[in-house]
Amino acid sequence: MLVALLLASCQQSDGKVHITYWEKWTGAEAEAMQKVVDQFNRSQDKIVVEYLSVSRVDQKTLVATAGGDPPDVAGLWIQNIYSFADHDALLPLDDFIRREGVTTREWLSRYYSVYADMCEYQGKVWALPSTPTTYALHWNKAMFRAAGLDPERPPRTVQELDAFSERLTKTDPKTGEILELGFLPQEPGWISWAYAQWFGGQLWDGREITLAKRPENLEAYRWVERYSKKYGLDRIKAFTSGFGNFASPQNPFFDGKIAMVFQGVWMNNFIRQFAPGMEYGVAPMPTAAPGLERFTVADADMLMIPRGSKHPDQAWEFIKFVSSHNPEASSQKELRGMELVCYLQEKNSPLSHWSPFFTESHPHPFIGLFRGLAESENAIHSPKIGIWQEYGREVNSVFENVRLLLESPPEALQFAQRRVSDSWKIHRESLVRRHPEAIAEKDPEIRP
Amino acid sequence: MTANDLRNLRNGLAFCSLWLVGMGVFTVYPVLASLYYSFADFSVLEPPVWVGARNYGRLVHDSVFWLSLKNTLVYVGLSLPLGMLVSISLAVLLNTGVRAMALFRTFFYLPSLVPIVASSMLWLWIFNGTYGILNAALKPLLAVFGTTPPTWLADPDWAKPALVLMSAWGVGNSMVIYLAALQDVPEELYESAQIDGAGWWRRIWHVTLPMISPVIYFNLIMGIIGSLQVFSQVFVMTGGADGAPARSTLFYALYLFSTAFYDLRMGYASAMAWILFLLIVGLTLLATKLSEKRVHYGG
Repeated sequence: MLVALLLASCQQSDGKVHITYWEKWTGAEAEAMQKVVDQFNRSQDKIVVEYLSVSRVDQKTLVATAGGDPPDVAGLWIQNIYSFADHDALLPLDDFIRREGVTTREWLSRYYSVYADMCEYQGKVWALPSTPTTYALHWNKAMFRAAGLDPERPPRTVQELDAFSERLTKTDPKTGEILELGFLPQEPGWISWAYAQWFGGQLWDGREITLAKRPENLEAYRWVERYSKKYGLDRIKAFTSGFGNFASPQNPFFDGKIAMVFQGVWMNNFIRQFAPGMEYGVAPMPTAAPGLERFTVADADMLMIPRGSKHPDQAWEFIKFVSSHNPEASSQKELRGMELVCYLQEKNSPLSHWSPFFTESHPHPFIGLFRGLAESENAIHSPKIGIWQEYGREVNSVFENVRLLLESPPEALQFAQRRVSDSWKIHRESLVRRHPEAIAEKDPEIRP
Repeated sequence: MTANDLRNLRNGLAFCSLWLVGMGVFTVYPVLASLYYSFADFSVLEPPVWVGARNYGRLVHDSVFWLSLKNTLVYVGLSLPLGMLVSISLAVLLNTGVRAMALFRTFFYLPSLVPIVASSMLWLWIFNGTYGILNAALKPLLAVFGTTPPTWLADPDWAKPALVLMSAWGVGNSMVIYLAALQDVPEELYESAQIDGAGWWRRIWHVTLPMISPVIYFNLIMGIIGSLQVFSQVFVMTGGADGAPARSTLFYALYLFSTAFYDLRMGYASAMAWILFLLIVGLTLLATKLSEKRVHYGG
């Protein structure tokens, strides 16, 4: 009877297959994706996708997958790919792609390579991006002008960033209290884990944890430490304790407390909402290591099929639809799939071909810059390692301890290096135990 | 056993069978399973693999585990006495026959009705270093001594004390239990103490406290159990399970949670859960032992 009930719930009276799609988004972002879901549901008459906003979607997907009843499509984050893949919780997409009559290489070549690279792990494709981002420097032009800096000339090197920051900083002459600050490594610090790579270092070489093994990494954390020393830890604490939430008019970048931040493509959206009319510019992050021009961190929301999905073929049809676009679109009505959701969420498209309308009428005034950064050969993404959740947390702990001057950079790095190396050893042992055959060919290609 | 006994046993079991099934499926089985997992390499996503005592062995060398234990014990050590002091004091005050007493009792109980996430959001603002009401009050006071108030949750040295302060906000439940106990203290004991010349403080010390000692003992045990597992308010107020800033609020339950659900090391987390269980049992026994001579079960 239970089986009959289950069947009845999928194969509903309309004779179509209903599949479930869990996604992290709520609000306007969810509405945007819902439009693509509607478009897909109208585009054919066999499958109906049911979109469900799920909070903490990665953990719920995890539990549902472990319980044998996952959603058919899950919209997760990049770091979930590698840990879920290591634990056999995802269906590889290779067979589906080959069924379309192309090789996975050909399929992935439609994307900018930094996004394509995220999807591939251990020689298989596990996920495809829905909406992406790259990170760039955002600066407040009014604050630049007030400090006597050229508002059209952002800092190009990290030395300039530091010097500009000093120029832009204002303190109360009587109390010494900080009133405005040019830049702070922890504000908002969403890509602070990548500072080591920004300085030319490396976190993972494909075989080992290299956190404390690269002089550039140490260099990066010395730079972080210098900010706390230069502006005074207690003064910074007092200054930052008054910051409001990110999505509020009290966001320190919106209310003119911080002049420069590293942010993603969504920032324009929030500025329009919380600081309308704010004069700001966007440029590549300043160069922190010789030769590492146009460095950026790329990230993407990812669609995957959890193992145990009841309708993997239909799930693939939907993912394929989201990964497609109308190359000829010349009006918003003609946008399809990927470009529709990226247009509505005001993000860049991860596909390397953009339709005329998407290119020319994009609502984000600086979209070309984010697109250009996705092409940069110094675009990086989080390391492809199954324990990145934990590793990232340790890197964050290094960052915290260093910026709070609780530990010196070498100490903090050594400590985290030991911890993560231990975890990696254990993780690798269980991988070997479960897939003795796979481990021989396991050391994958490495991204610098 | 006679036929009658057997029938009674059968009927009795039948009547509580629903509960027995629920208890078995939702409590006994998970508890026993977690004991097994604590000796296994288990990610939730694949079948567990027996690894002997390795998880426990690793815990001994896990410095973050020890840090989380230390953080938790500091929190328990501060919040438990504070909570007891505040709730007993409030109960004593609310037991004096002033006017509109029912109203006051309601007011002091109200905070316990606020959902923990809502009160956490509220306290987040109270502790805000610049705009917070707490620092607005402290600033002029401390200015007299030439210092400034801490930034509370943003400061690794002050984040734990801040959470301890906040814990006193939720004493309503134990306060009500104390209040009930206070009303059970026979009036004649106070009268005879008064005739013997005991003042207010001696009446509290020699009559009230001994008479409500079983309730103090009960609240102490519940307090130990509750505060060792502190999780929700920290998770909400420090923005996740990292124990920000700089792991100063990384409590036992938070480390356990992130190990299990972020790092997918359910076996390791199960081992932590069992150690926490043993710790709670141990502390409860210790509290029982220490209070044996001081708890009086009067007629």
